[in-house]
Amino acid sequence: MNKDWMGKYSGSSSLGLRPSSTEQVSQILAYCSLRRLALVPQGGNTGLVGGSVPVFDEVVLNMSAMNKILSFDEVSGVLVCQAGCILQTLEEHVSQRGYIMPLDLGAKGSCHIGGNLSTNAGGLRLLRYGSLHGSVLGVEAVLPDGTVLDLLRQLRKDNTGYDLKQLFIGSEGTLGVITAVAIQCAPKPASVQLAFLSCPSFAAVQQVLRHAKQSLGEILSAVEFLDQESMAMATQYLPGVSNPLAQAGPDAAQQQQQGGGGEQGGPFYMVVETQGSHAGHDKEKLEGFLEAVMADGSVADGTLAESQAQAAAIWRVREGITESLVRRGAVYKYDLSMPTHKMYELVQLVRQQVAHLPGVKAVGYGHVGDGNLHLNVSSPSGYSDELEQLLEPFVYEWTAQQSGSISAEHGIGLMKAPVLGYSKSSEAVNLMQRLKVLMDPHQILNPYKVLPGVEHMGRVEMYDDR
Amino acid sequence: MSMNPFCEIAVEEALRLRESKAVDEVVAVSLGPQQVQETLRTALAMGADRAIHVSTEQQLEPLAVAKLLAALARREQPLLCLLGKQAIDGDNNQTGQMLAGLLSWPQATFASKVELDKAASSAKVTREVDGGLETLSCQLPAVITTDLRLNEPRYATLPNIMKAKKKPIAKLTPQELGVDVTQQLVTLQVEEPAQRKGGVVLGSVAELVEKLHKEAKVI
Repeated sequence: MNKDWMGKYSGSSSLGLRPSSTEQVSQILAYCSLRRLALVPQGGNTGLVGGSVPVFDEVVLNMSAMNKILSFDEVSGVLVCQAGCILQTLEEHVSQRGYIMPLDLGAKGSCHIGGNLSTNAGGLRLLRYGSLHGSVLGVEAVLPDGTVLDLLRQLRKDNTGYDLKQLFIGSEGTLGVITAVAIQCAPKPASVQLAFLSCPSFAAVQQVLRHAKQSLGEILSAVEFLDQESMAMATQYLPGVSNPLAQAGPDAAQQQQQGGGGEQGGPFYMVVETQGSHAGHDKEKLEGFLEAVMADGSVADGTLAESQAQAAAIWRVREGITESLVRRGAVYKYDLSMPTHKMYELVQLVRQQVAHLPGVKAVGYGHVGDGNLHLNVSSPSGYSDELEQLLEPFVYEWTAQQSGSISAEHGIGLMKAPVLGYSKSSEAVNLMQRLKVLMDPHQILNPYKVLPGVEHMGRVEMYDDR
Repeated sequence: MSMNPFCEIAVEEALRLRESKAVDEVVAVSLGPQQVQETLRTALAMGADRAIHVSTEQQLEPLAVAKLLAALARREQPLLCLLGKQAIDGDNNQTGQMLAGLLSWPQATFASKVELDKAASSAKVTREVDGGLETLSCQLPAVITTDLRLNEPRYATLPNIMKAKKKPIAKLTPQELGVDVTQQLVTLQVEEPAQRKGGVVLGSVAELVEKLHKEAKVI
């Protein structure tokens, strides 16, 4: 409970609590508010910005005992459940009833839906099903003073006053603790097609993305990319994972020579997934798309998953990159939004910056369909100030220059609180700080996270009270 | 419709034999209604040279399949018939063996390794058996059925998927092959295995004796 998934952040709490009901959460928060005891709400602890572990000795409020599915309406597709339900469990539950969750991410086997909401998790299906701000219909949350806020409606449309549930989606446990969720699920597609493609350059990747949006538009459900370096990591550090496009035989030697990390970073790989209601229609659309991208040379090679096993193996490559990097050693993770045509430029710049450090590798992959780059720098010898200084604030400054976001989907947590200003104006940050003090006057929920320097504001308020 | 995993392994092995020049041509065969053409297209996309579809709406039993394949083998005169060891719907594990019997060809089943000696017209096959691994040597032509660890099937690549559309799929019927595929087996009953009952913790030896006598009726 004290250490994060990457092993990068570690606190020294001596108390963890596992409430099993909203009432218990309310009592805990009321008590902590009274006694000025700081808390860290914790879900599956899979966050990547140090937001789910204590910084010092904050009490860990672990939600894993609140894992009941409360109801599922098979006509409307609305799922109501407690915040501590694991995403994969929910996916299995609704899948048996002909639906899918509106979000999917690599951490699904461990992450909680409450945590997903708190971080406004994006993931692999955002392209198709939108953000949680749209798919969440209702929330039950407990305010820092123990008040239970019941906004748990299952209504698609409800314009009655300020939409308070949005405050808790993405505020990373700093404004309240989410205890229950009502979420709109999507019908399970009758036909899921998956293509794995190899492109000679990042310009080609963008071409393929354009083709995909044009020819597959209404059935397109995911467009992901990864560079050769990411592929090398996944195949080297994940047992049983191989490149679907690497053929055994005389071509293999030629493929190995086509090493990565060259000026272009290629070849680049893409995962293109479609979800639709009619296999015949979807296959026809996909064939048209594939013929187009092969004809204009933007795709050099590729494969279509012929079975569920092949589809799972292809997704494993993309979803497993994060895990492979953690197995290799320390990772500096940057999750950035920026204009698509700029995405790989940053990877190449960073690669040059770290070229002189032995064993350090920069990899680029991510949700190219959403303009979201995951830039990771792997350092098998561990975290180091020298490496960190080479990367920060360079990465953030460069991103700010493109008017991009320094955190597309991972959130701010502890890691990016000091650099929030690169993506939000001081007026915006100021209003966030005022909201925080309004809702959590004693600064007990997840202190030191998300907002820079709020504790200073809080202390000022407290002195005023006296 | 996706290819039976063991058949995928058989197609892959055939392709590797052709790549190592042990055989000249790979012909994929499937039997059944129109949908099996999808599976044949997959085999062609993986690299098979041509395909044969034995078309019938009749539900096919392993013996009928074996008879049809035997008739085809007599026409095509292959060096080797590679089959999956069993289909994951029926789990019969009979077709390869019966085919060998009908043709009077040697059979090496559950292959985990296949080595062909073209010059000597023989094959050395390592098979997975309960006790471990057994290596057989047999004359060609022969029937080999594949097990899981023989190889990892390749993905069909896009250029090959496109090429496969132009490769020929010949169509034949059981009548043309002179085989009667009427069903000979009648399913009398299908039932789930009995639910496993939980164990009971007993309090004393006397209780145990009573239960063994009254309920289990063994003493």
